[in-house]
Amino acid sequence: MNAFQGRVTAALADATLKIAIDRTTNTARSKRTAAIAAWPEFAKARELGRDIKDHVIANMEYYLNQFETNAKKTGAKIHWARTGQEACEIVVGICKAANAKSVTRSKSMLGEEIGLPHALEAAGIERVETDLAEHIIQLAGEAPSHIIWPALHKTREQVGELFKAHHTDPGALETVEQMVNSARRNLREKFMAADVGISGANFLIADTGAICTVTNEGNAELTTTPPRVHIVTAGIEKLVPSMVEAMTMLRLLVRSATGAELTQYTTFHTGPKRAGDVDGPEEFHIVLVDAGRTTMLAEGLAEMLRCLRCGACMNHCVVYRQIGGHAYGATYPGPMGSVITPSLDGLEKSQDLPRACTLNGQCQEVCPVAIPLPKLIRGWRTKAWVQGYEPLHTAWALRIWEFLAVRPVLYQLASNMALRIMPVFAKGGWISKMPLAGGWTRYRDMPKPQGGTFLAQYKKHQAAK
Amino acid sequence: MKNNPPRVALFATCLVDAMRPQIGFAALALLEQVNCVVEVPMGQTCCGQPALNSGDQDGTRKIAKQNIKLLAGFDHVVVPSGSCAATIKKDYPDLFEADPVWHAKAVDLANRTYELLSYMSDLWGWRPKDVSYATTATYHDSCSGLRSLNVQAQPRKMLADVTGLELLPLEGANVCCGFGGTFCVKYPDISNAIVGEKAAAINATGAALLLGGDLGCLMNMAGKLHRDGSKVRAFHTAEILAGMGDGPAIGETA
Repeated sequence: MNAFQGRVTAALADATLKIAIDRTTNTARSKRTAAIAAWPEFAKARELGRDIKDHVIANMEYYLNQFETNAKKTGAKIHWARTGQEACEIVVGICKAANAKSVTRSKSMLGEEIGLPHALEAAGIERVETDLAEHIIQLAGEAPSHIIWPALHKTREQVGELFKAHHTDPGALETVEQMVNSARRNLREKFMAADVGISGANFLIADTGAICTVTNEGNAELTTTPPRVHIVTAGIEKLVPSMVEAMTMLRLLVRSATGAELTQYTTFHTGPKRAGDVDGPEEFHIVLVDAGRTTMLAEGLAEMLRCLRCGACMNHCVVYRQIGGHAYGATYPGPMGSVITPSLDGLEKSQDLPRACTLNGQCQEVCPVAIPLPKLIRGWRTKAWVQGYEPLHTAWALRIWEFLAVRPVLYQLASNMALRIMPVFAKGGWISKMPLAGGWTRYRDMPKPQGGTFLAQYKKHQAAK
Repeated sequence: MKNNPPRVALFATCLVDAMRPQIGFAALALLEQVNCVVEVPMGQTCCGQPALNSGDQDGTRKIAKQNIKLLAGFDHVVVPSGSCAATIKKDYPDLFEADPVWHAKAVDLANRTYELLSYMSDLWGWRPKDVSYATTATYHDSCSGLRSLNVQAQPRKMLADVTGLELLPLEGANVCCGFGGTFCVKYPDISNAIVGEKAAAINATGAALLLGGDLGCLMNMAGKLHRDGSKVRAFHTAEILAGMGDGPAIGETA
């Protein structure tokens, strides 16, 4: 059993995990469905969103330069990182230069992708995750299992236990409200004491040099405003030309993610504190990270760079909903992860991800920027086949079948022979066990073939006419 | 339609050919009710989807070329499966993007290819007459037909005209059943978990019959229902519409 299969087996055996997954994804799907139904222009907005992203991706250099120029005008310092490691070094370097002992971080999947939490800890800097779900998994010492709800795999009952064990003054933890208050009491002081606040960016706005963050907890604002230094880490694909496009994208993103019309907090951060400002950071750094994005462009995955990280694809994925996020063994789970991970981690290591997909297409249907996820997933399968990663037994079975499929006479002979053998294993109309069919019959019965191929029967019919 | 009735090829699909020929005969029975001339080309095997979804594009192209040649000259090609029809209609042209000659042929075939139930409904406006079953049924939308070919309203409309048949809504009818072609044998544990939920939803409808337009998905769901001891019986929608629902359902003996 390989590592992926091992994680799948563990996940499928975890009944609590399934309860947790269903609670969140079922609500997410029904809320999204309602939000889309109440938005008659959705199909049009989706096309617009797709076109905006495609335009920016096709003119990436232009908009990056524009963003850099305009962000510098606001007083921001721009850093470029080719790799995740470079990005981490830049962030740690800024923290050290600022003599930072403690940093607060608001949720950023890019940060997870490049290993920033680990890099900060390795540098001896206290890291405080301020997103409630990130706070939960930091206490648990785990990784996110969903890109919108990192602690989706935990039930509220499990969270209560965790808070009881780790919070200094947890109080009663019966209700969600009490749990939130306990987290609030534990995080509030740390917000104010942090030297550096690190955030991601949902959008980089080229014509103003602003970055946009969306949260429902206000933790991004508390992360970016009180500390002396604010560091933004953002993937270069987060660019939009101007506020107009950002508004279209926001409408698509939030409805697809949570089904709300807008997040509780939508903030545009523009440069450091100016003369006369009451608050804000003294230094404002933006780290623009490639980390494989230009490679994805070159690999024919340009469409994947449209991704807004809304999570709708995983909420609607039949596989994700059975195995959860951790089973994917990567930063990004679900359909979008199955496309991104082979590019980031290498196909050989992650070949199971594009294969463990039914290609049912619901992910593409709900994607707010119409990413053809099944096509991209199948593209990885093609590469895996060409590179010889297909397991030998299935590769050979397929080759033998292909050999027959282009020899119709032989194919009919073989079919009719198999159809004479199969009934031997049947009891009544069903086969519950048969050599070479274990993958099927382990969990389901196979109907006994009706007897003789359609073509053979049809020929007889015609002859009898 | 032109005055000359169209020449139609029935592409039965490999699963129907091997496992349930009655679906092929049901398709023939339906096609005979509209003004077309049906033939069953003998050189047919499979659309090539197992190879395509396993990533073997070269192997798929060989099978596709065979089908393109075999099905040349027919006015229409009709397939009793949304998934196999979508492979011919949507994937064949993509496979030959780098080969203008075969690409043109693939596009030509794609333009002439139809999924059976949408063909009957959209092109011919066909509705069942004098077909009656006093029973209850629920309908599962197979993914490829639904999302690639927009097969959704047509089978329901036609089934509504079957006398006595009550169609009960299936919760999550548009959610994948976990078949996924080779997926179900490559990742049987995940597939089982998915089809387990589907079977529970089917049972919850209280319907006597499960109907759908793709034999692969139907075998997956029927096989799981049977293993779990459910009494729900499964038919291809075409079998019911052709009045062939009196015989054995999938997995039943005559």
